[in-house]
This record gives sequence, C-alpha cells and structure tokens, in this order.
Amino acid sequence: MSTGNMNLTLKVWRQKNNNAKGALVDYKLADISPDMSFLEMFDVLNEQLINKGEEPVVFDHDCREGICGMCSMFINGRPHGPKDLVTTCQLHMRSFKDGDTIVVEPWRAAAFPVVKDLTVDRSAFDRVIAAGGFISVNTGNAQDANNLPIPKMQADAAFEAAACIGCGACVATCKNASAMLFVSAKISQLALLPQGQPERYRRVQSMVAQMDAEGFGNCTNTGACEAECPKGISLENIARMNRDFASAKFISEETV
Amino acid sequence: MSGFGNAFSSSIGKKFIMGITGLFLILFLIVHCGINALIFISDGGLTFNVGAHFMATNWIIRAGEIVLFIGLLAHIFQALRLTLQNQKARPVKYAVNDGKANSKWYSRSMGLLGTLLLIFLVVHLKDFWVVSRFTGIPTVDANGHEDLYAVMKEKFQDPVRVAVYILAMFSLCYHLLHGFASAFQTLGWNHSKYNGIIKGAGVWYSVIISILFAAMPIAVYFGLIQ
Repeated sequence: MSTGNMNLTLKVWRQKNNNAKGALVDYKLADISPDMSFLEMFDVLNEQLINKGEEPVVFDHDCREGICGMCSMFINGRPHGPKDLVTTCQLHMRSFKDGDTIVVEPWRAAAFPVVKDLTVDRSAFDRVIAAGGFISVNTGNAQDANNLPIPKMQADAAFEAAACIGCGACVATCKNASAMLFVSAKISQLALLPQGQPERYRRVQSMVAQMDAEGFGNCTNTGACEAECPKGISLENIARMNRDFASAKFISEETV
Repeated sequence: MSGFGNAFSSSIGKKFIMGITGLFLILFLIVHCGINALIFISDGGLTFNVGAHFMATNWIIRAGEIVLFIGLLAHIFQALRLTLQNQKARPVKYAVNDGKANSKWYSRSMGLLGTLLLIFLVVHLKDFWVVSRFTGIPTVDANGHEDLYAVMKEKFQDPVRVAVYILAMFSLCYHLLHGFASAFQTLGWNHSKYNGIIKGAGVWYSVIISILFAAMPIAVYFGLIQ
C-alpha cells in the first residue's frame, strides 16, 4: 500500500453489538496517501489495530467499484462523505485535507439496527423487495426483445430508477429515516415498463405496507435523499409511487 | 381488507392528509388576505367592514369556518403523529449531521415553524375571532356595520403585538415556501412541464401573502392608512 503525507484524526463509532452502548473513539493516522480510497484508509487503520492486538473496525464493503451498495459510512455528517454521486468506496482521501478530523458513524435508523461498529443490518430493504419488488413470469423461451415496444424516454426513466443499489444512504440522511426514495425507485423501475403492469397496483400497496411495518419514518420532502443518493435517484420516483398508491387505493377495484 | 384498506393510515396516506389540508389552508389564506387587504382602501374601514360583515353573517362562510377548523386540526394532529413516528424511526441521533449540505433549513424545520404559527394563531384568534364571534365588537361604523376595523386599529397600537405579528409572518413565509411545492409532490403532481410553475408559484405566493399580512399591522401602527 502506498504511503503519503496526510495526517488525520478519525473519530469512529465503535459498538460491540446491537445491545451494547457505542461511542466515538479517536484514532490518529499518519502517512496516508491522498490516492487511497476511504476504505483503503480504513484497511490501514485496521492493520494497525490488529498489530496492536486490538479489535479491527467492522465495516461493510464488497465490490469497491461503487455498484454493489454494501459500503455505508456516514462521514462528517453525510452518507458516503462530501462528494456527490459517489459511494464511500469510490471516495478518495484527496477529498480531505492534511490534518482533518473525520467523524465516521453507521447509518442511523430504527429499521437498520447496528450489527457491530459501522455495520448495520439492512435486511429491512430485502423484506420490502420480497413484498412485491418483482414480476411474476412463467418460465419458457425468452421472447424476441422487440416484441414489446417501449418508448425510449420510458425505458430511460426505468433504467435510471433501476440504478438504485439499495445502499440506504437515503434512509441514513433523511431527517425522518424514511425509505421512500429506495422503495419508490424499486416500484418505479417496474411500474414504468409493460412487464410491470399486471402487478403494478398490488405491488405498490404491498411494498409500502412492508416499508411501514419495518419502522421507517415518513417523507417530508426535504429532498436530502435525492441530494445524497450516490446514483442520483430522482424525487420524481416518490411522486410516481404516491400517484400509484392513490390509484391503487381510490381507483383500482383490486384489493390486496 | 375492505375497499380503502389502510389508505389514510399508511405513511403515504398520512402525507396525503397533510398535503390536502395544507392546500386547503393555502386557499383559505388567499380569501383571508384578500378581504383583509380591503383596509388598504383607506376609507376608514367602511369597505373592510362590509367584507367582515359578510364573512360573519353568510351561512356558507360560517359552515366553511367549521370545515376550516376541522382542516386545521387535521393538519396539526397529523403533523404531530408523523413527527412522533419520525422521531421513533431514528432513536440514536448522529453526532455530526450536515443537514445544510443537502436540504433547506426551513424544509427541515416545518415542525418548529408550525408550532410558532400555532402559538401565533392562539394570540390572533383571541385578538379578533373571539371578539367578532363571542365578546362582541363594541362600535358600529357609518354604514351600521360592526366596526371590526376600529378593533384592528386599537389592537395594532401595541408595538409588542405588531412585532409578534411580523415575526409570525416570517414563520408563515418559510412554512409556505416548503409547504406549497411539497404538497404537490406528496400528491404525486410532479411533472417536468409543470414543476417550474409550481415552484415559482409557491415562492410568489409565500412572499406576497406574508408581506401583505405583515403590512397590515405595520400600516395601522404607523398610521399609513386612515
């Protein structure tokens, strides 16, 4: 690992398990390269902790390419740190200055209980998806791609919604810990396409009901989620979800 | 599950109630502000008193007043419920939370602004509504109408009251700046062709209504209208 010239003070949330009381712990780091990613900086910290015989900091990560949605640090009061449209793993130390103090906390929401240190349990999202974030199709030969004409704008909008990696930054930054941006993106990616139509109004009701059951807060339209989303998911999706929900409840004759 | 199921008890349903009652209160403010602005005619309150007399005696308006109170209470009650739920959704707060990096302060302070408005509303209802409906307006004007204008002139001689009213209108302005466009978003009216119009109308509405309301105690206090 390359060395560099940055000296940093980290204040990291340490918590043994979900029942334990956590606290911010100070760590001094020297010779950090500005070319490191934020997670590589944590790797350096952890190697030092292991060498000293201390418990390393537990944090979620997987692909480190900004596409899997596993990394989840709340850095200096913002999810995924100070840069727009990047995940923590794609954040580099050049975005900080020598001598900086960096506060790192886990996502904080009742629906995302802390597992250990900076790792939270985001399986609430999985249960929301399982409640209806799919289409039911019979198996068989794939039909020709152009059998279902989809307007370009519609396809693009669906694709933009589908860019959501389910990292939970929207919940983390929302003052109400609301999951509306995530849920609306997962509803929209199907609601915008013909394949999603048969279950469209059933889906929105089931997924919203599961979202509520998980204990996420309620949206107050501050727009913080959209501003912090590493994939730029738009608030338009929330409006679409609300429209579909109203249609499902007040117009559709099908009950769930 | 019955026909409407949890239409209004779900998170989105509760938001619908906030949005619908909010838009209703926005419409009410136009009527309220429009009639009050009759004082700027500066005719000793004669025209204003005609308006006030109509509002106090017309049965449709009186019925509307009941709906208004129901709407207002629903807005307040729902806001309290949502706020309590939202606090429960994040039991452990962040040590550092940089809210200004991603949202406007007033969009994050609707509860505080709303509470200030509620306190103001108690003062305001006591000042005028209680007087005109219950304790009675003491004098009549040249047309024989109850002289609510005289009550207004008397109340706004008190600089503290004038200051309270002006501060309340700042709260109102910021509450509306977020609330106006937010209600449309909640009700699903987000459309690339109309978003600009909604946002613009929201800003103009909030600023004009608040300035007009704030101008009333100022104009009376400084004797700018007769």
